[in-house]
Amino acid sequence: MTLEPMRAAASAVLEGGPGEGEYNFAYLDEQTKRMIRRAILKAIAIPGYQVPFASRDMPMPYGWGTGGIQVTAAILGPDDRLKVIDQGADDTTNAVSIRAFFARTAGVETTTRTHEASVIQTRHRIPELALGADQVLVYQVPIPEPLRFLEPRETETRVMHALADYGLMHVKLYEDIATHGHIAKTYDYPVKVEGRYVMDPSPTPKFDNPKMDNCAGLQLFGAGREKRIYAIPPFTSVKSLDFEDYPFEPNKFDAPCALCGATDTYLDEVITDDRGGRMFVCSDTDHCEDRQASGHRGHLHVDGPAARGTVA
Amino acid sequence: MYVAVKGGEKAIAAAHRLLAHERRGDLGVAELAPEQVREQLSLGCDRVMNEGSLYDRDLAALAIKQSRGDLIEAAFLVRAFRTTLPRFGYSLPIDTAAMEIRRRISATFKDLPGGQVLGPTFDYTHRLIDFALAAGVELAVPTEAEVAADAGVAPRVTDLLAHDDLVEPDGEGDLDAAPGDITRDPIRFPVGRDIRLQSLARGDEGYLLALGYSTQRGYGSSHPFAGEIRLGEVEVEFVPEELGFAVSLGDITVTECQMINKFAGSAKVPPRFTRGYGLGFGHVERKAMAMALVDRALRASDLGEEIVAPAQDEEFVLMHADNIQATGFVEHLKLPHYVDFQAELGLVRQMRAEFEQTRAAIAADLKEAAE
Repeated sequence: MTLEPMRAAASAVLEGGPGEGEYNFAYLDEQTKRMIRRAILKAIAIPGYQVPFASRDMPMPYGWGTGGIQVTAAILGPDDRLKVIDQGADDTTNAVSIRAFFARTAGVETTTRTHEASVIQTRHRIPELALGADQVLVYQVPIPEPLRFLEPRETETRVMHALADYGLMHVKLYEDIATHGHIAKTYDYPVKVEGRYVMDPSPTPKFDNPKMDNCAGLQLFGAGREKRIYAIPPFTSVKSLDFEDYPFEPNKFDAPCALCGATDTYLDEVITDDRGGRMFVCSDTDHCEDRQASGHRGHLHVDGPAARGTVA
Repeated sequence: MYVAVKGGEKAIAAAHRLLAHERRGDLGVAELAPEQVREQLSLGCDRVMNEGSLYDRDLAALAIKQSRGDLIEAAFLVRAFRTTLPRFGYSLPIDTAAMEIRRRISATFKDLPGGQVLGPTFDYTHRLIDFALAAGVELAVPTEAEVAADAGVAPRVTDLLAHDDLVEPDGEGDLDAAPGDITRDPIRFPVGRDIRLQSLARGDEGYLLALGYSTQRGYGSSHPFAGEIRLGEVEVEFVPEELGFAVSLGDITVTECQMINKFAGSAKVPPRFTRGYGLGFGHVERKAMAMALVDRALRASDLGEEIVAPAQDEEFVLMHADNIQATGFVEHLKLPHYVDFQAELGLVRQMRAEFEQTRAAIAADLKEAAE
């Protein structure tokens, strides 16, 4: 790892000052932000390790991204430009709501353009465009523990991580192959970070897993209800668990995007009628619109005003 | 062709406006004032103060109005507000022995110093819908004797019994050690009783009720007696750093329950009565009693009891007690999951294709064998 991205990462973490109005800048008080920043720094220092933090009750329900919101609140500075996506799209209701929250409490500029954003908060997707060294991706995480559905007890799983005892996970993946002929995990697909900690990538489809590996941007993960923060520093090795004879395979699609014709993106299936009609379109709306703007055409592309709802 | 299936800012704003109308209901009916909620739905306010972890009756009343009477939603509003409050420090421990008692009963002793004070209770009412209430009723004035009589400072039952060691004394915790704070540090198991009682105090009343009930039906039996339940006002004192001595911040209403449980003894502890403890803001008897039952059940490992029931399982009980967390995670299933669902759909299609292939292959084999 070179020093420059680390500096950029550290400065992204340490920025942020008091704001004006009825609530403090970005809602949380400075003491709370400091506590969260400390947890983030520790998480960056131990890639893939889940750092417990004193998660606060936020004005959104648990499960709506309170962990990601707290991480974003702690790293946001007045000069940041924020993008929020849910299921890859900027215009899903929860993404709209979170973006509005920070526009109101922090007054920061928001954007839907991936390359313009300095902080991107996401639920369930990684943007198709590769992250730059000056960007931070904040994931909303429901269950941070990759071993949770194999062992429900936190007391046990912490010991398993401490001992790097991941036999149970390998047995689970092996059993999948024995039963189904392949690993039956399509999202939440476990990864090993820098050869040490097995980590839950949050419920992103395994299609996105390769983007985490050796990524130039800083990746932060916040789980509010479970009170955990973890991180992948820039240019860190992130390997999806697999076997030599059964290598990891990302999800594949048979059809290209119906709007922009892309064949290398993650697609949403949209049901178009009640007789089995369906179309596949990019889940990353910004990427899809960008491609259409630069002349790429899928077979259902309509010229004129954008077919999708755009964000004001 | 492709209509935007995803929501947007306009939809959210419109939904909020509609919600405001639903909350208000029929405009022909007078609007509810928060003071009416505070005074006439006071037990709802008490529950919201407990689960919202903030002693502010007016705020709880307003939250109930805003949440249309959904008490978990109201507690959530209070919790989120609580996050924004500065933390000055910790008050001194309240002294429930010095409580101005309004209600105090013991199920284990017929009479005791300080007396039994029935106070305002549903206990001996007949649960008949009072149709007269619909029209509004004239109140009978409470008599002097009913209010005053034995009320006043009464020693706690557990202090009266502590002398002969038949009932375990108060915990031997270090009084100078700062108790943990679940709002400032994430819970790590195993936890001390301080963390456990804090978690239970903000825990969901229905959840604790069910768990407490389960201990009475044999899932971790703890043979409880209600040693004492008391309701009243206690003074909260705080030592500001710049003064160096305690000043009174005012009184709060609390309900305290000391549960006494039969205990046959173990390798660690001689036979004697053990205790479970419950405390909550306001008048919350059901909550305090359930909390005391669950607290006692969770002392299993301290007392060397075998852990066999859900209510004795610390991680299970405490990790699922917070209804703000629970309701959030259950209800978040309403959020879009189509990216994950798409991935699973692809997998199920693949598995179905493989299943059909296998079945076709088997059928072909059988046909071949038959011929």
